Amino acid sequence: MDLSLSTRTEGDRTVVTVGGEIDVYTAPKLREQLIDLVSSGNYHLVVDMENVDFLDSTGLGVLVGGLKRVRAHEGSLRLVCTQERILKIFRITGLTKVFPIHASVDEALAATD
Amino acid sequence: MPVVDVSFSALPAHVRTARLVALAVARRAGVDDDLLDEVRLAVGEACSRAVGVNGDRAPQAAVRMTLSDEQAKFTVEVVDVGPLEAGVGEPDLELLNPEQLSAPADAGDVMPDLPPGFGLAVISGLVEEFNVSSESDGTHVRMSWPVTGGVTGSEPS
Repeated sequence: MDLSLSTRTEGDRTVVTVGGEIDVYTAPKLREQLIDLVSSGNYHLVVDMENVDFLDSTGLGVLVGGLKRVRAHEGSLRLVCTQERILKIFRITGLTKVFPIHASVDEALAATD
Repeated sequence: MPVVDVSFSALPAHVRTARLVALAVARRAGVDDDLLDEVRLAVGEACSRAVGVNGDRAPQAAVRMTLSDEQAKFTVEVVDVGPLEAGVGEPDLELLNPEQLSAPADAGDVMPDLPPGFGLAVISGLVEEFNVSSESDGTHVRMSWPVTGGVTGSEPS
């Protein structure tokens, strides 16, 4: 399975819907997408990972890179994920401390903090 | 002692194949279903790292993955052709500082998003039986999981 990516705008936020497997082969595609969004001025991102069925440290690195970039513009990067097998890697790496993780896109869009 | 030996070119596209093979052999060996996601992730990390190491040092050299099943254990060994990077011999997730990792940066792509050795640190956080050693032919990453049931050695009649 390859990676699928789509984006849409919701108010001042951009929702990136990701599906498939994020690994060393597909992660560059996601990285490119995040960099494009930030360089075109989208600093508040919601990455919907509900349809992701595999995420490794390369993918995690891309998300961390995205977070670093939006933070440089006082932006935000929120994740939507309820799948235990994906959440596990965030938990063991301590990255649950730096990513706001939401149970739904609506919840992520409503969040302000 | 059924053994599956896989050699693949050091290309990111093949890591998924390696994960799928490892998953199929683990399932057949009788690794508990609850552990299969862990096997998939750990094998992916080890192979991604090996692909990166060979890609940098000797792109023609294949990555080798050996899957074996003995003494009630399913063992995966991934071998690359590089020496062990300094400081990752004993990966420790405790040393990672998430705040520091995600510090604001508008840097170009020259800077890696995560430090080297991160993948191994993830494996260390996942797998109890995990060992990295530098040997004459390269770095060996070895991981084992308990085998609880399965169909080892016998074909369904």
